[in-house]
Amino acid sequence: MSAGQPPLDSPEIRRLSPVIGPGYTYGSVTEKISSIVLTRPTSLGWFIGFAIAFSFMGLMTIAIGWLIIKGVGIWGINIPIGWGFAIVNFVWWIGIGHAGTLISAILFLLNQKWRTSINRFAEAMTLFAVACAGIFPLIHTGRPWMAFYMMPYPSTMGLWPQFRSPLIWDVFAVSTYGTVSLLFWFVGLIPDLATLRDRSIQKPAKIIYGMLALGWRGSARHWHRYQSAYLLLAGLATPLVLSVHTVVSFDFAIAIVPGWHTTIFPPYFVAGAIYSGFAMVLTIAIPLRKAYGLEDFITMRHLDNMAKVMLATGLIVAYGYFFEFFMSLYSGNKFDVFLVQQRLHGPYAPYYYALILCNILTPQLLWSYKLRHNVAVLFLMSIVVNIGMWLERFVIVVISLTRDFVPSAWGRYSPTFWDWATFLGTMGMFVTLLFLFVRVLPAISIAEMRELVAETTEEKQ
Amino acid sequence: MLHRSHIYGVMGEFSTPDELIHATEKVREAGYRRVNAYSPFPVEGLSEALGLKRNMVAPICLLGGLTGGLGGFFFQYWVAVIAYPQNIAGRPLNSWPAFIPVTFELTILGAALSAVFGMLALNKLPQPHHPVFNVPRFTHASSDRFFVCIEAKDPKFHLEECARLLQQLHAHHIVEVPDD
Repeated sequence: MSAGQPPLDSPEIRRLSPVIGPGYTYGSVTEKISSIVLTRPTSLGWFIGFAIAFSFMGLMTIAIGWLIIKGVGIWGINIPIGWGFAIVNFVWWIGIGHAGTLISAILFLLNQKWRTSINRFAEAMTLFAVACAGIFPLIHTGRPWMAFYMMPYPSTMGLWPQFRSPLIWDVFAVSTYGTVSLLFWFVGLIPDLATLRDRSIQKPAKIIYGMLALGWRGSARHWHRYQSAYLLLAGLATPLVLSVHTVVSFDFAIAIVPGWHTTIFPPYFVAGAIYSGFAMVLTIAIPLRKAYGLEDFITMRHLDNMAKVMLATGLIVAYGYFFEFFMSLYSGNKFDVFLVQQRLHGPYAPYYYALILCNILTPQLLWSYKLRHNVAVLFLMSIVVNIGMWLERFVIVVISLTRDFVPSAWGRYSPTFWDWATFLGTMGMFVTLLFLFVRVLPAISIAEMRELVAETTEEKQ
Repeated sequence: MLHRSHIYGVMGEFSTPDELIHATEKVREAGYRRVNAYSPFPVEGLSEALGLKRNMVAPICLLGGLTGGLGGFFFQYWVAVIAYPQNIAGRPLNSWPAFIPVTFELTILGAALSAVFGMLALNKLPQPHHPVFNVPRFTHASSDRFFVCIEAKDPKFHLEECARLLQQLHAHHIVEVPDD
């Protein structure tokens, strides 16, 4: 413990629940986490949950297949609303991913011990969310088999990407984000894969985990470099995660469309991303700890802290809404003023009010200690915030595009069955991947939990 | 006595990180230099006990980041100014502020890739087999036990003496590690 913190037996600290339940040893944390993957029989609940998620993923495959056959006309998009669900969902999914990197990188740099038991599945969540996000712009191009045109490569046509376009920045930001998240996750997994290799009984499992572990043997010389690399990755992922949603917000802010062309977008998009991401981490963590009896590892302290982060980022988002509103009125720009009126009284006003209710009003309940410690309330709250953040992107994309400068360019947007099928389908894919992940990889970092055991035993002495 | 070439070293097992650090220090104090320790998680103070100096991961990462950033920027310059110039209302071709987001992303990408692959290369991983895996109890090195290995390549290495030293340090399960 650093010198600046109060001693552990001070009454202030004692009131907090611990980051790990009492009485765990190196052996027992290893046993408890690895047994979920290696020895415990797969429950019926897992199969049922997986089957439901997988059928939704099947729906996605059908929706994308039909899209490729028929073209983007099967969606509700039109002129002037060329973006529609595809971009709303893209921004929503990318945002969700941000909490994973925040937990694994920023909280690591800040030396927050409570991150340890949630970072692994939060990072997995990031990867799967980025995978879901990546689908949308790809299929929104209409000819996804031509998507490689966005990559710079020496083509026979002598054509190069337009590097002044935010859409190309997006390609680089999202693909870098995906790659770095994967590296971070895999580097964290290497020691745990070695544990699984050493503990698995069946030959195939031993071989597969053995190959993935790259021959890790816990050598002190290896740990020495490993820690440097991990720290550097955390330091690199921190500015990266802030840049990704900034670049996503440039997709809007660089355009001159009313309601988009504003400098508050980058910070407010990043805060919103972290907000929705923490909501999703809670949505996953609460059933996960229940199903696998991990209450000793993902304690009330974790849930409480995540709720606090949600509350804080939610307030930043509320500040963003307020200033978006204020700046439009203060600017005196008639198109911006008109857009605000459209948000409050236009055809999509109910969505705007629902967004305020979900994102600003409901989360204020989290000020209450009692409610933050009520798991059911937290779970519901996380779903409400997820819906709210989706509505936010819907409001941004649809209201601005339907109320452009000239009344003759105004329009209406409503999603079709295929829009919903694709969206629900990506949720199915996300949940399918999560189910597979908890079944075949340790959902909590075993090596870091052992470190935590070592630190807590040291403190007791 | 066994020939040196047939064994990789002598290994002793410990049950706590403190014992491991203590043992490592003592083994080094006894004059052995080809020593390595194995632990299921990074143990604070172990690198110092082994006398490990700064490593090369950070410089490699810096180099990768610089390559990514400079390469990325000048590549965009080359595309926008030389390979595919587009005159848009007479604006300058080298519109460098617009190149910054991609430059930034490529800096991070280059640095992250070189940090990870640099770390793996310096650690000589992947390496599917290693003599220490011949020790049956070594599977505990990835869960709850700590090991010190004095390698046979050490000029001072003598099987019985090393085993005796580890015994004095209260190691359990002192074994010789066959080299194959």
